[in-house]
Amino acid sequence: MAVLDHVDQTLDCQGMLCPIPVVKTNKKIKEMAVGQTLLMLATDPGSMPDMAAWAKQTGQELIGSEQQGKVYKFYIRKAK
Amino acid sequence: MATTVETTQLDSTLQRQIQEAVERYVEQRLSEEEEKRRTKTKKLAIIATKGTLDWAYPPLILASTAASMGWEAGIFFTFYGLNIIHKQKSRKLKIAPLANPAAPMPVPNLVGAIPGMTAMGSSIMRLMFKQHGVATIKDLTDISIESGVKMFPCAMTMDVFGYKPTDFLEGVQPVCGATAFLDYAADADISLFV
Repeated sequence: MAVLDHVDQTLDCQGMLCPIPVVKTNKKIKEMAVGQTLLMLATDPGSMPDMAAWAKQTGQELIGSEQQGKVYKFYIRKAK
Repeated sequence: MATTVETTQLDSTLQRQIQEAVERYVEQRLSEEEEKRRTKTKKLAIIATKGTLDWAYPPLILASTAASMGWEAGIFFTFYGLNIIHKQKSRKLKIAPLANPAAPMPVPNLVGAIPGMTAMGSSIMRLMFKQHGVATIKDLTDISIESGVKMFPCAMTMDVFGYKPTDFLEGVQPVCGATAFLDYAADADISLFV
């Protein structure tokens, strides 16, 4: 069961390691409009704490995250 | 007698009022300061002094991550660290297997001393990084510059090593000395020496 049924954008960062998923997510979010949602997929084993920290520092909203096998899914809403 | 009682009561009322006013003021000022601290753009200042393939990664990863979190970030490249932003040298940074017992595949020192082992070790590390999806040094310098990380080349080292300002990557800051970098780092929240 996904955290969100509908997302506006998807970003695939599977196979990439620190710091690329965070760099790409930040770039993608900058291109999006306030209120839009992004699904980011990653396999970086550090991405769970990293994405939470990124959201905290940037003020963007991490709606939820889930792990499916080796894949981490992050649902982010552009808050500002 | 009655006057004395009244004065005492007034004093204690006044005292309580003053106490409450002071507490309110202190509380307000504290929350204002906390808000200021919380909303201030954070700043990271790094000094990069090593020019081997392994040591080139941490300053670039930290600075590009900081920039991605909306922080201000700057790196002062000095001594061998200058090679990280040297157009030609940054493309062929090396790591020596000699006297490196922490390598994922440690090589006996006697073998590590054989000519060509450094080149081989460097190729193996590059390959391992590529297979695991780690960004290259070029990727990271590109990302850093593009995302606004200030890359300061050390003027003194440039002179000693015989480099020219044009030898450095496009988008780096003008060469400067320790004074200019310390001025940049003076109000940094995090300062690191790599």
